[in-house]
Amino acid sequence: MAEVKITLDGRKVNCRSGRTILEIAGENGVDIPHLCHDDRLTPTGACRLCLVEIEGQRGLQTACTREAEDGMVIRTATKEIMSMRRATLELLISEHRLSCTTCDSDGDCLLQDYAYQYQVNENRYPFLHRKIRDFNYTSYNLAIKYDPSKCISCQRCVKICREVQGAEALTIRGRTADVIISTGLDLPLKESPCETCGQCVSTCPTGALYEYPARRLARAKDLRKVRTTCNYCGVGCQLDLNVHRRTGKIVRVTSETGVIPNDGNTCVKGRFGFDFISSEERLRVPLIKEEGIFREASWDEALSLAARRLTGLKDKYGPQALAGLSSARTTNEENFVMQKFVRAVLGTNNVDHCARLCHASTVAGLARAFGSGAMTNSIAEIGRAPVIFVIGSNTTECHPIIGINIRKAVAGDKTKLIVADPRRISLAGIADIHLRQRPGTDVALINALMNVILSEGLEDSRFIAERTEGFEEIHDSIMKNTPEFAEKITGVPAEAIRRAARVYAGAESASIIYSMGITQHTSGTDNVMALANLAMMSGNVGKEASGVNPLRGQNNVQGACDLGALPNVYSGYQKVDDPAARGKFEAAWGCALPAVPGLTVVEIMNAAAVGEIRGLYIMGENPMLSDPDINHVQKGLENLDFLLVQDIFLSETARLADIVLPACCFAEKNGTFTNTERRVQRVRKAVEPPGEALEDWRIIGNLAEKMGYSMNYRSAEEIQEEICRLTPSYAGITYPRLEKTGLQWPCPDVSHGGTQYLHKDSFARGLGKFHLVEFLPPREMPDSEYPIILTTGRMLEHWHTGTMTRKCRVLDDLVPQGALEISESDAGRLGVKSGDLLIVSSRRGKIEVKANITNRVPEGTVFMAFHFHEHPANALTIAALDPIAKIPELKVCAVKVEKSGR
Amino acid sequence: MPKTQSPAIDLGPAEKILSEMKNTEPDSLIPILQKLQEAYGYLPVPVLKWVSGQTGIPTSRMHGVITFYTQFHTKPHGRHTVRICEGTACHVKGSPRISERISKELEIEPGATTKDMRFTFEIVACMGTCFLAPVMMVDEDYYGQLKPDKIKSILEKYE
Repeated sequence: MAEVKITLDGRKVNCRSGRTILEIAGENGVDIPHLCHDDRLTPTGACRLCLVEIEGQRGLQTACTREAEDGMVIRTATKEIMSMRRATLELLISEHRLSCTTCDSDGDCLLQDYAYQYQVNENRYPFLHRKIRDFNYTSYNLAIKYDPSKCISCQRCVKICREVQGAEALTIRGRTADVIISTGLDLPLKESPCETCGQCVSTCPTGALYEYPARRLARAKDLRKVRTTCNYCGVGCQLDLNVHRRTGKIVRVTSETGVIPNDGNTCVKGRFGFDFISSEERLRVPLIKEEGIFREASWDEALSLAARRLTGLKDKYGPQALAGLSSARTTNEENFVMQKFVRAVLGTNNVDHCARLCHASTVAGLARAFGSGAMTNSIAEIGRAPVIFVIGSNTTECHPIIGINIRKAVAGDKTKLIVADPRRISLAGIADIHLRQRPGTDVALINALMNVILSEGLEDSRFIAERTEGFEEIHDSIMKNTPEFAEKITGVPAEAIRRAARVYAGAESASIIYSMGITQHTSGTDNVMALANLAMMSGNVGKEASGVNPLRGQNNVQGACDLGALPNVYSGYQKVDDPAARGKFEAAWGCALPAVPGLTVVEIMNAAAVGEIRGLYIMGENPMLSDPDINHVQKGLENLDFLLVQDIFLSETARLADIVLPACCFAEKNGTFTNTERRVQRVRKAVEPPGEALEDWRIIGNLAEKMGYSMNYRSAEEIQEEICRLTPSYAGITYPRLEKTGLQWPCPDVSHGGTQYLHKDSFARGLGKFHLVEFLPPREMPDSEYPIILTTGRMLEHWHTGTMTRKCRVLDDLVPQGALEISESDAGRLGVKSGDLLIVSSRRGKIEVKANITNRVPEGTVFMAFHFHEHPANALTIAALDPIAKIPELKVCAVKVEKSGR
Repeated sequence: MPKTQSPAIDLGPAEKILSEMKNTEPDSLIPILQKLQEAYGYLPVPVLKWVSGQTGIPTSRMHGVITFYTQFHTKPHGRHTVRICEGTACHVKGSPRISERISKELEIEPGATTKDMRFTFEIVACMGTCFLAPVMMVDEDYYGQLKPDKIKSILEKYE
């Protein structure tokens, strides 16, 4: 990149070309004031504070909009400039209601900082600030408030809503002195396209926009910020929990511009989903059930009893009658300790966790094809891909920060977007091509894309020859899967398939992004392998911004898998049936370990129902809402001799337990999470746990002690040190190295900087392997009795089984209950309107839920989120399993929809 | 809270406008709004929402443009439009007193429409006829060098 030489306040400075004077000044320690600038935004030039003098140019120039040019002589603080800035500030102050003594933003307000720095005369001009009107677009909103009397019309909120979030809810309303911020058509925020991300609040340079829940609770000086990793989705946003120094409570959540991976942005859950931490409903002491009723107990009593019961069952029925469910919600250290406990103390490999329900097919499919079952690229690369192919991922709702990266890339006109999804999701609205396949027909669609690539000679023959094997074995099968054949199965017009294939294969690099729409099928592993085939065939893998990218669901589902909370592998995917690996762990842990792989989640539930599993230890999971066919799950759990549950709330599952142990949530402990891009990031303790709650790792350690095995760790860091020693891909990951930005595995030693993208020169397994996959229909198809397909998923405002988000006031207010998305034509046939009660039934269960009539779903398909215990979608779903990965088919089952008599 | 829903409104004219314009890019926003206003007499909110859904132009962008230009209005307009100039020259020559009198005669504030839909009263920045200051327009007719006492008789000419 070309270099320019400038003179900045008499100093010679060399810098890259194409950068603004403001940016260069900032990097060189020259402070230029600015109110309308945010690194996340394009320059605005509205506030007129960053004026500088450029020699030979008339008047003063705004540093935020002017690119530095070679030879420029710039002065940033002449007498004239200083006086001009002071005058500008005095004009701004005349429009800004000065209420610093009672303002939450006191100490965190750029206008206040500059007013002090420039010692403005507050009374130079008469006060002209806007009146606080009876209502504005944030009236009645529980999340975000706008105080027009403090607004300086810098436009940052409007621009961030448009340029960063892509929601375009906000606008400048009116003109000249009457300018005010509002939504389109002055709709209340909740009725506008607002996604309640709060990016507008984060960029506001004054106290005009603020988080309503934090109102009047604290000023900057009352708060300390604790940097940690978000506990919702797998993006792993870096958040700052703002904790009140006196009360010890979290007042608000912020993020800092520039952090990886979220650059100061959050979604609604990250910013407003923290009430649950201080909820009155948190578990505070251990509970023991006696004659069907819980009573409080001491740790010693509860753990002694649990140890006795588990040991008793192990002695009577053998270790194979015991099992443990680990948790993708907890830290890496805790997952490591849990699987160690199950293997070393219980003596079985029956350990699994909810990754089974989301990405087991990814781990199985990508490991077969590439040798490693993780996201190949980094989040930051997504915006640089010329083509993005999103299939089976409602990214803007389920991985919102990745969603806004995609939106931004598309809005920048450099990226083409292909979306394949039965639902008309938000991304479909901005896609170049939307392929609307019938649920469960992905293999036919993906094979047809490859058919077009081969028929039209668009494949990357060199990549296929040099980097892969097995291509010949799939060739004939692909040639049979023509777009016309696929059209019959998928309902996608053959011509659209052709166009999509040309765009995908024609790109220099292209990134596939997928999620549970691909994995949660009986054909889940096939779907994943088909995508791997597609990427290898077109050479779109093993390069920057080019690969196959499963978006992991839970905050630490990647880590829970990495650390061996799976029935067939130890940490780092070292196989339990490999004698060398087993020998290593036996030596480290000082005990014999079982050699036979254990049972998976759904298999454990089935085994419990028939009495083969007698005792179950569940940490931080709620299968009573998350697993398919929950009536069957309930039977299994009730049939157990002993159920031990460790959680932060008395969840639907914990209610069935014999003993419940109170655990710390993410804000109350130290540790690490691994996000979807394989980045290991720190979790830091910000607040004290409620009552006697303990970290999960400490509880497991204490229980192990009671059972006669020493797991007496003193800190999470000590566990991480053991992980390093035993796990090659995590060997270089130590706490001090994670301080700033985290590290992406593989990181084999402490001098290794981590791995940005996988499979660069060779695949983890050597050559990439093509696998023959052919279309097989979902297990349960619509018939005359159950004529409609139900597909399930998540929504932006809630999380998983709602245990946390439904206790958050903002989130619960946005979406207080679930609804069934149903097409206009299906609703018309039933004679129902939006809001009417429906009865939805399948062969396994029946629920009552309100109708939401929408063209997001096609005719013959209904959609429902699974967060709501009042109408649990998983009462309807089927526990049919993918034969390889044992993932259940949560995305397709047949249901009947009727109008409720009520 | 403002009511944003109004009774069912005929989308026919809007459909016709969009189909005639074929490719609607974000740049076509102003022509779309002008045509809609021509067809409906004003810009009904339900129509704007529908057009936003069809064209992908967010209502926020529409709203920014609508509130920037005085030519657009989102409420039904009166049969006649009274515009009083409050540019510098008119202001100096006493236009605020003219405005007051119009408000009094019509019993409405600037920006509003009389209940009988006879008049809409607007304040504008400058009509470019400063030599007539203070000046007002009723529909296309200019009235210059106004005195408050003349207002009543002028307005009576319009039914």
